[in-house]
Amino acid sequence: MLNQRVSRIAGLLLGVVLVTAAFAASVMLGTTDIAPPTFVQALVHYDPARVAHIIIVTERLPRAVIAALVGASLAIAGALMQTMTRNPLASPGILGINAGAMFFVVIAVSLLPLHTPAEYVWAALLGALVAACLVVMLSRGRHGELSPLRVVLAGVAVTAMFVSFSQGLLIIDQQSFESVLYWLAGSVSGRELSIVVPLLPFFGGALLLCMLLVRHANALMLGDDIVKGLGMRAGTTKLLLGLVVILLAGSSVALAGMIGFVGLIVPHMARGLFGVDHRWLLPACALLGASLLLLADVASRFLMAPQDVPVGVMTALIGTPFFIYLARRKQV
Amino acid sequence: MTHTPSLPQTGNDITATHTPRPVIISALLVLVLLASMGLSLSLGSFPTSFDQVVHALAVPQGSDITFIVWELRLPRILLAVLVGSALAVAGAILQGIVRNPLASPDVIGITSGAAMAAVAFLALFGTGLSIHWLPASALLGALLAAALVFLLAWKGGMTPSRMVLVGIGLSAAMGAVTTLLIVVSDDTAAMVAYVWLTGSLYAAQWQDVLGMLPWLLAAVPLCLSQARHMDAMALGDQVAQGLGVNVLRSRLVLMACSVALAGAAVAFAGGLSFVGLIAPHIAARLVGRGFARLVPAAALIGALIVLYADLLGRVAFLPKDLPAGIFVSGVGAPFFVYLLHRTRYQNH
Repeated sequence: MLNQRVSRIAGLLLGVVLVTAAFAASVMLGTTDIAPPTFVQALVHYDPARVAHIIIVTERLPRAVIAALVGASLAIAGALMQTMTRNPLASPGILGINAGAMFFVVIAVSLLPLHTPAEYVWAALLGALVAACLVVMLSRGRHGELSPLRVVLAGVAVTAMFVSFSQGLLIIDQQSFESVLYWLAGSVSGRELSIVVPLLPFFGGALLLCMLLVRHANALMLGDDIVKGLGMRAGTTKLLLGLVVILLAGSSVALAGMIGFVGLIVPHMARGLFGVDHRWLLPACALLGASLLLLADVASRFLMAPQDVPVGVMTALIGTPFFIYLARRKQV
Repeated sequence: MTHTPSLPQTGNDITATHTPRPVIISALLVLVLLASMGLSLSLGSFPTSFDQVVHALAVPQGSDITFIVWELRLPRILLAVLVGSALAVAGAILQGIVRNPLASPDVIGITSGAAMAAVAFLALFGTGLSIHWLPASALLGALLAAALVFLLAWKGGMTPSRMVLVGIGLSAAMGAVTTLLIVVSDDTAAMVAYVWLTGSLYAAQWQDVLGMLPWLLAAVPLCLSQARHMDAMALGDQVAQGLGVNVLRSRLVLMACSVALAGAAVAFAGGLSFVGLIAPHIAARLVGRGFARLVPAAALIGALIVLYADLLGRVAFLPKDLPAGIFVSGVGAPFFVYLLHRTRYQNH
């Protein structure tokens, strides 16, 4: 673990280097490899007549930006959820938040005339909220405590419910097969950069709120009594942190569908390296989460080349062994 | 999770052992099931009257109606009943072993193992190999998944909650592989796989019924033979051991029953989720939690759920024949959430 302030700063800088490297790999590697000079050229002097430039600007760059954004958001959301529930297995994927957002997006796309993420992000946020309320309602014990196993089971049941509803919708309305499959599997490809921009305020707002609440999150980790003792309200803090989680997870699903396990694994890695202080933990989560999803996306291009594998499949395959390790280690 | 024993919940439960109430309720359920089967037999895309159906059943001679009743509707209805009971009993067993009302073959990875194997079969062999091998591969997948869950959850012993968590993790991985297979296979095969995953009894045949029946005939008596051990284990492992139960062996036998039932059901009808979750709950509310009375009641209720889901899929959206799984989860999932909410203060 990095204890010294200096070594932590160095660690974060290394994280920045890692994200940059992963970003570069994501832009350059694929069916057509692209040399660094071409990439710079495409950004500075875009030439629509050159195939490489078109690939960079319409495919690779948006893909890398979305992967970095979604990876960072899911990791932060996961870290906050693990803090709030004091459960190492909590994450937007396991607790059904992603599935709720996905189901509402599927409804918005197939039944309502909403077509771009900027239009249906509200549906995703509503879905995330509904799922979060359901899981909290279902797993609360008599004194408002969340039993660890019950919260996971409730999340899995809520996920199963939303996924099977989506599958039912898919079979009734076979027109939307491709698009529904996209959200079910989780993918960062096939989006344009202009589609990402309207969603930036959601991510930005969540991150700002998150920064303001860092100290509250630290206190929350020590117990609700400590929060009260420090003159903060545990209930309000949890509500605001919950809002951050919903904003981050909902917007991520609107952009990229259900991508699991990033929110579960990354906070554990970040905690192992930087400790439990959220001032360090959350930036570390953002950097590691972005790197992980960028690299998983690069790997997904080669797993079954020339076919693109949805990145959600990739993260599930990477994440499961880790989940099982956690389940075995935990004293339950 | 705490391991405090869950005591009998209401006074009714204790008095129920002295009254014939469970027997009466089960007998009533049998009657309801038979009536529902009759109803389902006489409804369909081809209009038939009840009299015609009875006549066709009694005198099976080569008319159109005889063919429809004997070859199309009856096997499908029987398969629905068998699959529903198998899933319900598998769920009742798992909920008993894990001592948690949220456990089910879906949650613990058995269904997703079977689904992965079946989709792999469809994607790899497609039309090359006879479709009759699909159940075999699904069953194999279920067994492999259960064995993996057991193996990975083993750590000098077995706790139910670790098994559930490992099952959840494995399900996610197997779900990912299933998605992968669907994405890489062509559109037609992908749609077939999807309908199958949702759970459908479309085009059920007599040989499916005959393939499903032995599993129920073998597993249900076997799990009933463990009923007293199961009731003892409901009070906690230590109590059960104190009462002379070999907890590990009983748990293994019961697990094997559950896997066989769920695997066979998934093999013949696809992933009908939520039956295994909700049927045991409804049964427990009707007849109490004693395992020996719970199993028959759960089986009957599971049969009713799948029967009506399939009937709805067959006749409600004519000319479309929708998979029963849509209705099972459409009704089952909200009902399950309601159940969860009701039982939230119990010690699980």
